[in-house]
Amino acid sequence: MRRPRGAALAIALTGVLAVVGCAKDGGGTSTSGEGAGGEGAAGCQLADPPPAPDEVEVSTPETADVDGSELRVGLAYDIGGRGDASFNDAAAAGLDRAEEEFGLGDVRELTAEANESEDAKVSRLRQLADEGFSPIIGVGFAYADAFETVAADYPDTDFALVDAAVEDADNITPLLFAEHEGSFLAGVAAAYKSDNCHVGFVGGVETPLIQKFEAGFLEGARAAAPDIQIENTYLTPAGDITGFQDPAKGNEATRAQIDAGADVVYHAAGASGKGVFEAAKAGDALAIGVDSDQYNQETVAESKDVIITSMLKRVDVAVFNYLAAVAEDDLTDFPEVFDLSVDGVDYSTSGGMVDDIADVLDGYKAQIIAGDIEVPSSPTG
Amino acid sequence: MGSIRAKLLPPALAIAFAVLLCAVTLLFSGSSPLEALGAMVGSLGRGTTAVDVVNTATSYYIVALAAALGFQMNLLNIGIEGQYRLAACVAAIVGGAVTLPFGLGVVVTMLAAAATGAAWVGIAALLKVYRGVSEVISTIMLNALSFGVIAYLISSDMFGELRGNNIGTPYLPESNRVPGFSFGSSGTVFGMVLVAAALGVGYWVLMNRTRFGFELRASGKSPTAAAAGGVNAKKMILVTLLISGAVAGLAGLPELLGRDHTFSLNFPAGYGFTGLAVALLGRNNPVGIAFGALLWAFLDKSRLALDNVGVPSEIVTIMQGSIVLSVVVAYELVRRVELRAEQRRVGGQNPPGSGEPRPVSAGGAV
Repeated sequence: MRRPRGAALAIALTGVLAVVGCAKDGGGTSTSGEGAGGEGAAGCQLADPPPAPDEVEVSTPETADVDGSELRVGLAYDIGGRGDASFNDAAAAGLDRAEEEFGLGDVRELTAEANESEDAKVSRLRQLADEGFSPIIGVGFAYADAFETVAADYPDTDFALVDAAVEDADNITPLLFAEHEGSFLAGVAAAYKSDNCHVGFVGGVETPLIQKFEAGFLEGARAAAPDIQIENTYLTPAGDITGFQDPAKGNEATRAQIDAGADVVYHAAGASGKGVFEAAKAGDALAIGVDSDQYNQETVAESKDVIITSMLKRVDVAVFNYLAAVAEDDLTDFPEVFDLSVDGVDYSTSGGMVDDIADVLDGYKAQIIAGDIEVPSSPTG
Repeated sequence: MGSIRAKLLPPALAIAFAVLLCAVTLLFSGSSPLEALGAMVGSLGRGTTAVDVVNTATSYYIVALAAALGFQMNLLNIGIEGQYRLAACVAAIVGGAVTLPFGLGVVVTMLAAAATGAAWVGIAALLKVYRGVSEVISTIMLNALSFGVIAYLISSDMFGELRGNNIGTPYLPESNRVPGFSFGSSGTVFGMVLVAAALGVGYWVLMNRTRFGFELRASGKSPTAAAAGGVNAKKMILVTLLISGAVAGLAGLPELLGRDHTFSLNFPAGYGFTGLAVALLGRNNPVGIAFGALLWAFLDKSRLALDNVGVPSEIVTIMQGSIVLSVVVAYELVRRVELRAEQRRVGGQNPPGSGEPRPVSAGGAV
């Protein structure tokens, strides 16, 4: 795969230039899906995009007259805690927004240690519940068993758990996300931006959660370009969480995918994503971020120009909406899953590199929200 | 050297030094050392913390015994980490599949764990005996391998089942669980605490009352002298590592059989390395190791209380590190002081600084 490097470089560079060009002159609505995908020579044979909707219907809660000053909020973070530039920070952002918009009585934030055993999680939650904190929000599915134990002992305390549902527990509100729906849009974006009609997925750890990202991405890429080739790599097997913290591995896996011909790589690999972006930059490929708007993230600022978009998992929206609902003491209309229709997942536009295909993405988004497209939540092969 | 003072003074000095160091660190970082200490000690009286300390110490005690077995003959079994996790995984699979009357299921589960631990370290033992591969290198590599094997075993294609976003082995049937001693709202002490205590007694008997133990310690002190005395070095290495691995294999069971009943992605990691530190702290002595395990578990659990009062819980890591470091230094200091005192008593006939270099496990330089 070494020989045609010059040619590949030239093609990739042209692609980048074309994208930049599009972004620059695409001021109005003139650049639509056909413009980006019509010239099939370099890119994919694209499927007909769905019609662009006038406006995507997204519902957000009304918080003008919500008063949260009675709430004493306990937040139990996963490993990394506030400042991890990822998952935990998203939860923290939701908390901060709630504090800003309707004020909170008291806030206590605790953080998990790496590799801790079950009793540590239970004790952390008990400490909060004992001191009268309610609601108590847990970040990450690792808290599921601990929540089940503790919530039963404190029936009057409200609990909410990100990424996991606990059955038969009335006082635990699950905050679940439709990662596969957001990843579908990432797959569409990748297909439209690929010059080789060849894209890649890099997963951190092969867990059911990350497989949701994979499933959506594969489905989206194939929906947009049925003939597309897709590389698929997980950095570590289930049980070995280092795949989320190993930029070197992310770099290596991405380089291999680029060598194999992929030119747009989507990662769901936590902190390993830094390596994915670096490899994409070095290999003149493009990349798609995950969880938060990674174009604006300081830790990966050096390679931000390859990040065309990010699949947003809005933990902040879920936390904020939940706090608003608890403050109003009304959880009846609370969404069961945070999907595209409630802004629970979305794609980012920072950097302007998907502005030219925004109509296409919004078209698919509208179809998913309307139920015309059903995205599978586990890989179908 | 055998005096009580020589045994107790070094760890006391080491802990005092570590506390002092942490107090200074806390002052520099703008927190109150007294508040931190109050929160740490106070947490023992609240919730289930005291019981959690005992429960975690049970696991620490078992891994530390496994480490001490190796230390006694200068074998560094770094692979305890992989052995106990893989063994717990296999035990969870076996225990989830068999149902036998009269608690026999528990026995089978424990045997499966011990056999897995022994088999896993057995690879390193064979490599060492027949190919001269350092057990330090091979066991570290086996640790990494164990992650892959575990991931394969608990995948939903093999023995695992999907539970929400988690993967784990099926829950153990009621008959294969080990009941504990309930203290009401203060928690339940694992029944495996008794097994750990029995292992401690067994360790003491093995080391001090059997020919094998004598040969083991002799091999550790001087392999050449032991060989000259007719000890089969290869056999000793093989058997010691196998026993160490078998004991390590049991370390995950207190939590598996007593509380979690499943091996999932949440299964704790890192006990293997804790075990090395605790064995060092306890000077390979079964009673010393018990205190070391309790201290270590207490420090680990106090992280929660520190986090709760806003003190950075990393201070615990600093304290643990400085305890291990200063315990090594303190033993060496006390040894020299005692040696000098003895020389003075005898009348200065012995040349100073005599004696062979001390093994790592006894506090010598690495």
